[in-house]
Amino acid sequence: MKILVCIKQVPSTNKVEVDPATGILKRNSAEAKMNPYDLFALETGLRLREKYGGNLSVLTMGPPQAAAILYEAFAMGADRGALITDRKFGGSDVLATSYTLSQGIGKFGRFDIIICGLQTTDGDTAQVGPEVSEMLGIPCVCNVRAIDKVESNHIIVDMEMSEDIEKLKVPFPCLITVQKDIYEPRLPSYKKQKATANREISRYSLNDMGDKNEKHYGLDGSPTNVQRIFPPSSDKVQEKWTGSGEDLSERIYEALKKMKFTA
Amino acid sequence: MGKLIVHQEKAQDIAALIKICPFGAMENKNGRIEINAACRLCKLCVKRGKGVFEFVESENFSGVDKSAWRGIAVYVDHVNGKIHPVTYELIGKARELAAKINQPVYAVFLGENISQKAQEILHYGVDKVYTCDKKELRAFNIENYAIAFENFIEKIKPAVVLVGATPVGRQLAPRVAAHFHTGLTADCTILDIHENTDLVQIRPAFGGNIMAEILTPNHRPQMATVRYKIMDAPKRSEEIFGSIEQLELDSAKFTSKVEVLSVIKKPREIGIENADILVVAGRGVKKKEDLKLVRELAEVLNGDYACTRPLVECGWLEPKRQIGLSGRTVRPKLIITCGVSGSVQFVAGMEHSEQIFAINSDPKASIFKVANYAVVGDLYEIVPKLIEKIKRGRGIA
Repeated sequence: MKILVCIKQVPSTNKVEVDPATGILKRNSAEAKMNPYDLFALETGLRLREKYGGNLSVLTMGPPQAAAILYEAFAMGADRGALITDRKFGGSDVLATSYTLSQGIGKFGRFDIIICGLQTTDGDTAQVGPEVSEMLGIPCVCNVRAIDKVESNHIIVDMEMSEDIEKLKVPFPCLITVQKDIYEPRLPSYKKQKATANREISRYSLNDMGDKNEKHYGLDGSPTNVQRIFPPSSDKVQEKWTGSGEDLSERIYEALKKMKFTA
Repeated sequence: MGKLIVHQEKAQDIAALIKICPFGAMENKNGRIEINAACRLCKLCVKRGKGVFEFVESENFSGVDKSAWRGIAVYVDHVNGKIHPVTYELIGKARELAAKINQPVYAVFLGENISQKAQEILHYGVDKVYTCDKKELRAFNIENYAIAFENFIEKIKPAVVLVGATPVGRQLAPRVAAHFHTGLTADCTILDIHENTDLVQIRPAFGGNIMAEILTPNHRPQMATVRYKIMDAPKRSEEIFGSIEQLELDSAKFTSKVEVLSVIKKPREIGIENADILVVAGRGVKKKEDLKLVRELAEVLNGDYACTRPLVECGWLEPKRQIGLSGRTVRPKLIITCGVSGSVQFVAGMEHSEQIFAINSDPKASIFKVANYAVVGDLYEIVPKLIEKIKRGRGIA
């Protein structure tokens, strides 16, 4: 079975603020890590490979330093990796990102199953997986909470819904996004890390894509435009209380009593 | 739309210029500034780079004929005809937006044997419910549902499509948006509309304490998802308005090879979404054992307890107790946060609570911006005393 896992590098912290006076972004840390949700996708891919054979590829898109997470995936057991990187992809929204990924996947190979994490911790949209599936013209199942089994040319999975669980039989090729906690992700192995430290990865830029039209990528290929960014505001009626623990607990208690939350 | 140009000849202090970028997207390559793929085109460098960086707009897109796309459509989220309440909340918002531009509100209802159930939606003030009642739509299958949804959009051409950010909506909406090569903004917390029918979509962005205002100016339909309990549902009226129209679609169009083998009910869980009173633990809770303070306060108030993302990540509590954009959205009558700093992600999941008490020892904690009662103090001093007082008041101590 040919398995592809799509992963993303995200900022380590969420400490980004806007200066209210200038409207300017302040980012305190440049540190980055693999999107935590992708660890579950990677683990799912590794288990499928271990049980049913085949090979596991990882793909990411981002700045050159995003290659670091491909090596992290190698240390967990991935076989080969590719990085999609080009300044022309900067400013991509969900659609342009999905399009770039689908083009990169076309370049990277043919896969039976593509596995994505549920969402990222920086974008939090959970939309790229299903958009990629549409662009590749393959079926997609999101929120997969368990994999039942793989048979000759299909996979049987449990999809979580609001109140129900749907069991689906999905033919290959297909794309799934997996929930957190589907499996416990393994730790990277030091031995594998040493063995794969110099492994070659593929790098794709706009010139490697099937569609080389610049207008379909980056900001130009993004239907959504960020008009402005601003700090969140609040127009609530507010009171600020300070004092000793005794005073404050008494005030909260009196307020709760008045609002009839307690006797 | 456009691109960034670096005027190398104007660049003097390259190290200082590189530092402007919060995303680390600039590099010094042999005395030339190069912009790499980390660039998000936030244009911060244009503002602060003293003329070294210039943003050049590309010539205008031919664009779409906006007058050809009319009305605000709401996707009816349901399982077996049981309508998810987020649908009514979106209808409420759609009516508000539609009134501003004087256009109709549509609901689109896809499924099997749903024509009768569509009647219920007419109590909420939509102009038309479009149904597609087919056996191929019995259970949710993303390919078949997308085909039926696309059929609606092609025929009716709504300017705006709103979808609830439920497990179904969050996969169906992107599939359909990709089909039309149009924009989709996830988890909007505020929606408004311009006279030219451009939808103003506001959501937390960059994974931090920032809100972004997003437009889809050159594409139609404009699509957005909104989480449950963010907007207000209109009151159900006794009379009905509007009408129901069946959309024709040839069964041969449903080509999906995916088979739904079974649909079973999840074991019933009393989730934090349904609690009227919630007590929330944040990182101010120092040890796992100390969670008992939060649990006990919840218990004496006959409420439930929840937590922030870091507590789930370190394994103290289960993900289903997490509030926030990557957890659950809650709207209780009373919420008491204990040692919660209040990231945008968290606040987006609870800011519509009716009464918010926030206990935090940091007077500058951002949770205080949304709190009705900002209690500046140590939770370890306040909470045990509060529990005592409530117990005494109830006569259980």
